[in-house]
Amino acid sequence: MTVDSIPMTASGEREKASAPVWQIRVGTRLSRAAAIAGLAVVVVLALLPMIASRNLIQDLIFVFTMLALAQLWNVLAGWGGLVSVGQQAFVGLGAYALFAGVVVVGIDPVVAILLAGAVAAVAAAVLGPLLFRLEGPYFAIGSWVAAEALRLICAQFKSLGGGTGMSISPSELSQMTGLKAVQALFGLRAGAARDILIYWLALLLVVLVTLSIYAFVRSRMGLALAASRDNALAARSVGVRTGRIRYFLWVVVAFATGMVGALVYLQKARISPDAAFSVTDWTAYVIFIVVIGGVRTIEGPMIGVLTLWLLISYLSQFGSLYLVVLGTVAILIMLFMPRGIWGETARHWNVRLFPTQRVLSRNS
Amino acid sequence: MTALLSVSALDAFYGDFQALFGIDFELQQGEAVAVIGANGAGKSTLLKSLAGLVRNRPDAIRFAGREIGDSPAANIVRFGLALVPEGRQLFPSLTVEENLLIGAYGGERTSPWDLQAVYRMFPVLQERRRSAVTVLSGGQQQMVAIGRGLMSNPSVLLCDEISLGLAPIVVEDIYRMLPRIRGNGTAIVVVEQDIARALRSTDRFYCLQEGRVTLAGRPADTDQDAIRTAYFGT
Amino acid sequence: MNGFDTIIEGVLLGGVYALFALGLSLIFGIMRLVNLAHGDLILLAAYLVLSVTTVLGVPLAASSLLIVVVMFGAGFALQRLVLERVLGDDILPPLLVTFGLSIVIQNGLLLGYGADSRRLQAGAFESSSVTLLPGLSIGLAPLAALLTAVAAVALLQLIFYRTSLGRAFRATADSPPIAQLMGINERNVYAIAVGLSVAVSVIAAITFGIRANFDPSIGPARLLYAFEAVIIGGLGSLWGTLAGGIVLGLAQTIGARINPEWQILAGHLTFLAVLMVRPRGLFPSRRP
Repeated sequence: MTVDSIPMTASGEREKASAPVWQIRVGTRLSRAAAIAGLAVVVVLALLPMIASRNLIQDLIFVFTMLALAQLWNVLAGWGGLVSVGQQAFVGLGAYALFAGVVVVGIDPVVAILLAGAVAAVAAAVLGPLLFRLEGPYFAIGSWVAAEALRLICAQFKSLGGGTGMSISPSELSQMTGLKAVQALFGLRAGAARDILIYWLALLLVVLVTLSIYAFVRSRMGLALAASRDNALAARSVGVRTGRIRYFLWVVVAFATGMVGALVYLQKARISPDAAFSVTDWTAYVIFIVVIGGVRTIEGPMIGVLTLWLLISYLSQFGSLYLVVLGTVAILIMLFMPRGIWGETARHWNVRLFPTQRVLSRNS
Repeated sequence: MTALLSVSALDAFYGDFQALFGIDFELQQGEAVAVIGANGAGKSTLLKSLAGLVRNRPDAIRFAGREIGDSPAANIVRFGLALVPEGRQLFPSLTVEENLLIGAYGGERTSPWDLQAVYRMFPVLQERRRSAVTVLSGGQQQMVAIGRGLMSNPSVLLCDEISLGLAPIVVEDIYRMLPRIRGNGTAIVVVEQDIARALRSTDRFYCLQEGRVTLAGRPADTDQDAIRTAYFGT
Repeated sequence: MNGFDTIIEGVLLGGVYALFALGLSLIFGIMRLVNLAHGDLILLAAYLVLSVTTVLGVPLAASSLLIVVVMFGAGFALQRLVLERVLGDDILPPLLVTFGLSIVIQNGLLLGYGADSRRLQAGAFESSSVTLLPGLSIGLAPLAALLTAVAAVALLQLIFYRTSLGRAFRATADSPPIAQLMGINERNVYAIAVGLSVAVSVIAAITFGIRANFDPSIGPARLLYAFEAVIIGGLGSLWGTLAGGIVLGLAQTIGARINPEWQILAGHLTFLAVLMVRPRGLFPSRRP
């Protein structure tokens, strides 16, 4: 059978031919069902503030922001091949940029979130070329050094609280876009209303992040990176510009991470260098989420973040012990279930909710 | 007489790809046997299977009465079977002398092949004993590779394409040493694309084509046409 | 004289950093593994020595020797039981496993020993000094740290270049399958390498624990200094790592002299500068 007797068409199109037609499909019935279910979940979550307690709202802000960070780390490490142990650099930088913007300059906090992302992106753009000179595992530690350097630099700014940190006063936050509307809508005081507003922003952010990542992975760039991961030399020989795509990914991930950092600390309204640049909070937990759920899957971190939420809720009363448990579980999973909970399940049942593989299927 | 090394119904796989199909092969003590065949016929795969780099059923390969088909490579050299790998594969971080010394790491015997014996056979290596192996000529590197294999004092030396990339004069020099190696009690298996040279230096030969033995016998008893047919498969 | 003091101090500090870095350099050179728990293992060693000296009353020197042996075994076991399973082409699993290990050790130490600062007691040794020149006296402990670093590098070089084991290390680093053809059991080679790396770290822990307070949370910082020393010095060369440690020590000390708050930052910035200007390090090996 010669090549030209197999007409190839993109999914959705149909060509009239007497020979069987091969299609490249990405969606599956299950994934389409999942997409509808996902939409329903998002709608429910959006409406949740009407009935949820403030505690739940705050917990969910944690869940949304951690999920976003995990998805971002996952795409950077799993697809980009950039295993960074220093993403807290961008969390902290974004948070500090927000505080600087709101307290020092007086910008609207919501606008400041975008500013925070931009600042983080610029830092990534500058640090990238430097850090990329380090290979694999050394890049990981190098990113950690960069984060530490940024922490120490931020601690030098007395106007931002120096080593001990600072708070944003409620009056500085009162001008936040949308705050008055939310207050009126729910009849709440500023503090609770602010939490709801941030909750919605966090939900929006995590949905955007997840969908963008999904789109990226399915795009040509995502395919290119996956090919590079499998065989860098072969990929280069067909023209894949891995370096450029990686750099782009690194900067965009930093942008989003910066925004998440800003959002988190906007809600806390209090910042310190040690907290904003904490390896445990912004890298250890994130890695745990990804590992438990499943590296290189989009569904995985969702499972991971729920597991983390459960573990923290029940075990944090035991102090450092729960971190020991977390670490041990992560090690055991990497040793015995390296694909993570979702990864193993998906493989076993052949399930994909966010299908990323292109499947050649016959349609005759 | 039981063969020193015998292979029965050997299948070898690289992942899902099958490279060898039911190979039968035998080597007697002190013999020299050639394995010839075109590129991709499976000659190197056969040697790698013997050396333990490709795993197999335990009973597929018997050496000195022991089943070694699934033994790890590090054990096999201890049993007395050494491989001179295709492309030399010397250690770039080690000098000439160190490459030879590392050959003795896994050997159980220290004679007759020790550093002095190898230097006697290849005097040029003694001159360059402290130099990095990367600056040696191809022929000299091949000498180091062979010497390295001998340092473990094997009963069987497997030579994978030792003439590859070398000038004919150099190849001549190296092949002239084979009788000396045999004379010291080591049986040899030579894998070659150069048919004439292989058949001149050995007692028996096997011809492989696409993973199967298509012809086996003594060079003297076999005619050119039969060999050509077995080699190319037309 | 003030400037000279700073230099001396920096070089001596560099000796400690070099000791931190040697273990890291070793296992990366042989097995291309970066152990993110490296710093925490150093702390673990320090705490074990602390326990043996205070609880069991064994003198420092004997405790040190004991813990060196114990930690060699621990490193060996770590490689054979855990790390061996995840070593491979994918860099993610070993990084994640050693990161998890780092978290476990840190918090395990926190649970076991609490967060208070501790110190190893070395008696008179801690505070005695030796006078080199009129007006210039150096603390004996820091000097001993530097000399130990030099001795450690010399010893490791000896092992690498003059012993059969060292040849096996280098051959395995070049090509594990061909090393197997030589009869080298790569699993044991790797395990010995990790054991050696951890054992060297014990020496680092002791030199460090004598002169400074330590608590469970400072492990990661040790990892970062070790890493900076390796990169500044250049991959593939143990003497380079020693030099890198000294450069780092100097950078930090000079930074501290300008402003005490800038000590660590000066080190990080120096690292980033070296990365920018000399990505292969100051003294990289000439390996092909």
